[in-house]
Amino acid sequence: MIENNGLNDNITFRTEALTKDYITGETVVQALRGVTLDIPKGDMVVLLGPSGSGKSTFLNIIGGLDSPTSGEVYFKKDRLSDYSEQQLTLFRRHNVGFVFQAYNLVPSLTALENVALVTDISLDPLPPMEAMKAVNMENRAHHFPSQLSGGEQQRVAIARALAKRPEVLLCDEPTGALDSETGIVVLKALRDVNKDYGTTTIIITHNAAIADMADRVIYFADGQVVNIKVNDNPCAPEEIVW
Amino acid sequence: MMEALNKKLVRDLWNIKGQMLAIIMVMACGIATFIMSFGVSDSLTLSRDVYYDRYQFADVFAQLKRAPYGVRQQILEIPGVSAVEVRVVFGVTIQVDNMVEPASGKLISLPDGRTPLLNNLYLRSGRMILPDEQGAILCSEAFATAHGFTLGDRISMVINGHKRSLSIVGIVLSPEYVYSLGPGAMFPDDKRFGVFWMSQRSLEAAVDMNGAFNDVAIRQDRGSNTAVIKQELDIVLKPYGGLVAYARDEQMSNWFVQNELDQLRVMGLFAPVIFLAVAAFLINVVMTRQVATQRVQIGMLKAVGYSNGEISRHYLKMVLMVVVVGSIVGIAAGVWLGAGMTNMYTDFFHFPILQFSFSAEVMIFSVLFCTLAAVIGTLIAIGQAATLPPAEAMRPESPLQFRRTLLERMGLEKYFSPLFRIVIRHVERRPVRTLLSTLGVGLSMSILIFALFMEDSITYLMEVQFDMAQRQDLSLGFTHPRAISALEEIRLMPGVIKVEPLRRVAVLLKSEHYAKRSSILGIRPNPDLHRILDRDLRAARVPAQGLALSSKLAEVLHVRRGDLVTVEVLEDRRPILKIRVAEIVEEFIGLNAFMDIDQLNRHLNEGPVITGASIMVDPLWNGPLYQKIKEIPAIASMNILRKAREIFREVMGENLLKMVAINVVFASLISFGVIYNTARIALSERGRELASLRVLGLTRGEVAYILFGEMTIIILMAIPVGLFIGYMMVLGMAQSMDTELFRLPAMVDKDTYGLSVIVVVLSAVLSFYLVWRQVENIDLVSAQKGVE
Repeated sequence: MIENNGLNDNITFRTEALTKDYITGETVVQALRGVTLDIPKGDMVVLLGPSGSGKSTFLNIIGGLDSPTSGEVYFKKDRLSDYSEQQLTLFRRHNVGFVFQAYNLVPSLTALENVALVTDISLDPLPPMEAMKAVNMENRAHHFPSQLSGGEQQRVAIARALAKRPEVLLCDEPTGALDSETGIVVLKALRDVNKDYGTTTIIITHNAAIADMADRVIYFADGQVVNIKVNDNPCAPEEIVW
Repeated sequence: MMEALNKKLVRDLWNIKGQMLAIIMVMACGIATFIMSFGVSDSLTLSRDVYYDRYQFADVFAQLKRAPYGVRQQILEIPGVSAVEVRVVFGVTIQVDNMVEPASGKLISLPDGRTPLLNNLYLRSGRMILPDEQGAILCSEAFATAHGFTLGDRISMVINGHKRSLSIVGIVLSPEYVYSLGPGAMFPDDKRFGVFWMSQRSLEAAVDMNGAFNDVAIRQDRGSNTAVIKQELDIVLKPYGGLVAYARDEQMSNWFVQNELDQLRVMGLFAPVIFLAVAAFLINVVMTRQVATQRVQIGMLKAVGYSNGEISRHYLKMVLMVVVVGSIVGIAAGVWLGAGMTNMYTDFFHFPILQFSFSAEVMIFSVLFCTLAAVIGTLIAIGQAATLPPAEAMRPESPLQFRRTLLERMGLEKYFSPLFRIVIRHVERRPVRTLLSTLGVGLSMSILIFALFMEDSITYLMEVQFDMAQRQDLSLGFTHPRAISALEEIRLMPGVIKVEPLRRVAVLLKSEHYAKRSSILGIRPNPDLHRILDRDLRAARVPAQGLALSSKLAEVLHVRRGDLVTVEVLEDRRPILKIRVAEIVEEFIGLNAFMDIDQLNRHLNEGPVITGASIMVDPLWNGPLYQKIKEIPAIASMNILRKAREIFREVMGENLLKMVAINVVFASLISFGVIYNTARIALSERGRELASLRVLGLTRGEVAYILFGEMTIIILMAIPVGLFIGYMMVLGMAQSMDTELFRLPAMVDKDTYGLSVIVVVLSAVLSFYLVWRQVENIDLVSAQKGVE
């Protein structure tokens, strides 16, 4: 029944009436209030919206980091909301690459070793050095995170995410902590991964300008999707005016 | 697979090596005390059991006046008796050239032409006595060692009034004299008491005991009833002046050995269990917090696809490295210290072989216990981090709900600086953590008090025993009861300042089905030298009517003041009396009963007689006095109380104090380890916050104030907690150290409390200094960027 839901291999994620409530003390915060949308395979998607609009919650749920309060999430033909903890772990391990705003590199490992941390547990990874090359970091591969700039650390984080050849790349404010020049280098790395490997890429940002490079822009407000814009002619990252 | 994760493990461990070292130290201390104490106790027990078994230590003993050999057959016919050995045992005085004071000894017969069936001798050196050999003796190793006697040396002793010079042909050990105590002595004194063996026929001739014996040893069949055998033996020996037969558990040496072992077992159980428990608790707390600092990394590992199991294994590996190193260090230290401690026991336990060994169970238990504590601590922390959705774990912990603290709400706010408010709100924000830290520091302090109290208690015991109760310089014991006029002769001896009479009589005390062999000591109603003390340890009058029992003896007999006890006198006419308990008195050593001397003599139907005297002496006259005493054959024993005190200090005190010293060092290390770790973790938890404050313009001093302010409050709260728990442990220990031989007063010196506070404060100061050096290195810029 679920298989016949119009799902096919060209849809990476589908959500139906997705809600998420956080209970803090005596108040309930409704982070998501019924999000229904499809994310096509291979797209570069940008999620835009003010703080607290539910973008990160949405990203965390489709990435298997968090579970919804109600509603459904499908990854390709599978219903993610049915997954056990163990299945979610395997889903993240084999299908999802994360890039976090705070980079979250292991400080006691070198750049290359941080990538190896992920390739160690992947089925068919890129050689770590190749992932480093993809983000132009091969010369800094043996540096520790504390010896790298913010942009360099974020590129290592992207290399770490793409090294497992994920189906999807989920990036929460990847340029949030970076200046425009470094930000463009990071975005270019993301664009290249999207184009070269056909990885479905979802990027959360505050920066509306970044939306210009996306195939699809989804606007969030108050826990709901308020608008979806399909961009037929995405620009190159270099052309983005910050 | 997972090579990168293993690299992370090694580098993370190296990064927090200081803290890991502290945890390893705490753990090693816990394990070492455990292995040492149990090992010493087990080694002694094992040595004793093997010795008793191989050298046929007897099961039942009896002394009598004199019985012909034929009686031996009668004894053998008692049901349940499988072997009987009869002997002649005779008390002698020994004259050693370079010693002013006299020594006493026991001379025991050895059957001619065969090895004894029971209480066989271990030959350390030389040879056994030949059949009918004249003028040759075997000498107990302890006495020979104390005087430096070797084979071929001659000892002169007074046997039955005749002075004889005898040659040592062998140095031996006997299972009957593992712990050798001279008559009337409180502690073993190998210089002043020795045991010797000689050919039966030679000894019989020397003491006019031809064809007769005065000492019986029996081995009973397995499963036979000891009480019945004792009864039957008493019946057989009664016509021959037999004293009440007694079993192994009342045999002097064995009773002392057993008591020592009991004490050791209590000490070896109580202290290490407390140490191990405290160490495990601390490891648990510290590990929980250590892993908790890695919460963000745990979140990230989960986000990129590591499972909870893989993450747990990763951190458990870290813990196991600590556990493995801690165990190795602990076991090595425990074995080394245990071997040393066991060796010290050879000073007062005369075993042929005393070798340190410890059971695998003890080792496995202590290691597992610590491992479990560390693993549980780790799993708790991982559990806390892993139950969070990874997205949340990766965010810095959301600011907890701060509120105005209790103190502020009480209106004391205006007295608090903003910095102090940060400090106390932090303390109140996490009550559980504050409580655990306080408890941790408190516990480490309490084991210090616990370790130190032993010395206080023994010092106090000695003060009570020698400054308040037995204030005489010398106690004399006579071979037979003498008329009271003998006191006048003693008073006239050189240097004697004061003399008080003593009348000691061996008795069996009974109440209902409880019975105890002891002696009643008759003293003057208001003595000045050998006094009795009431429950508040004040000198008490000897009751005009009835008995004064020591509290332990009253406990053993289950009697209270006013109850009647049956007194079976074990001498001469052996009357059986009923006497009321008039007073319960306090005594830390032994099981004694006291009575007014005149009243005691009346009960015994005797005139005014004495069996000994307490003497106060002018120390300048010691030499001439001792010389005089040596010349009087009627004086069987002389105990120099000052010497007894010295021996106690040397032998028991020293051994015990070495154990105390080890425990104190361990407790100090644990205390430092805990405080350092708490401070170090506080720094890693709050490094970013402190860096922000530095950026805002706070000086290093102010930042340190915030960091150490919290710790200081915890330590201040921990001090009363530690004092309280420490005292509770002392009470528990005093209660479990309550043996028949020896009670340990729950006495803690102010100095002990002071010292434990000082150790904690010093540990804090040192920890603060070490952490302070790291505060100085906080990189303001990178801390702000969020690089860890």
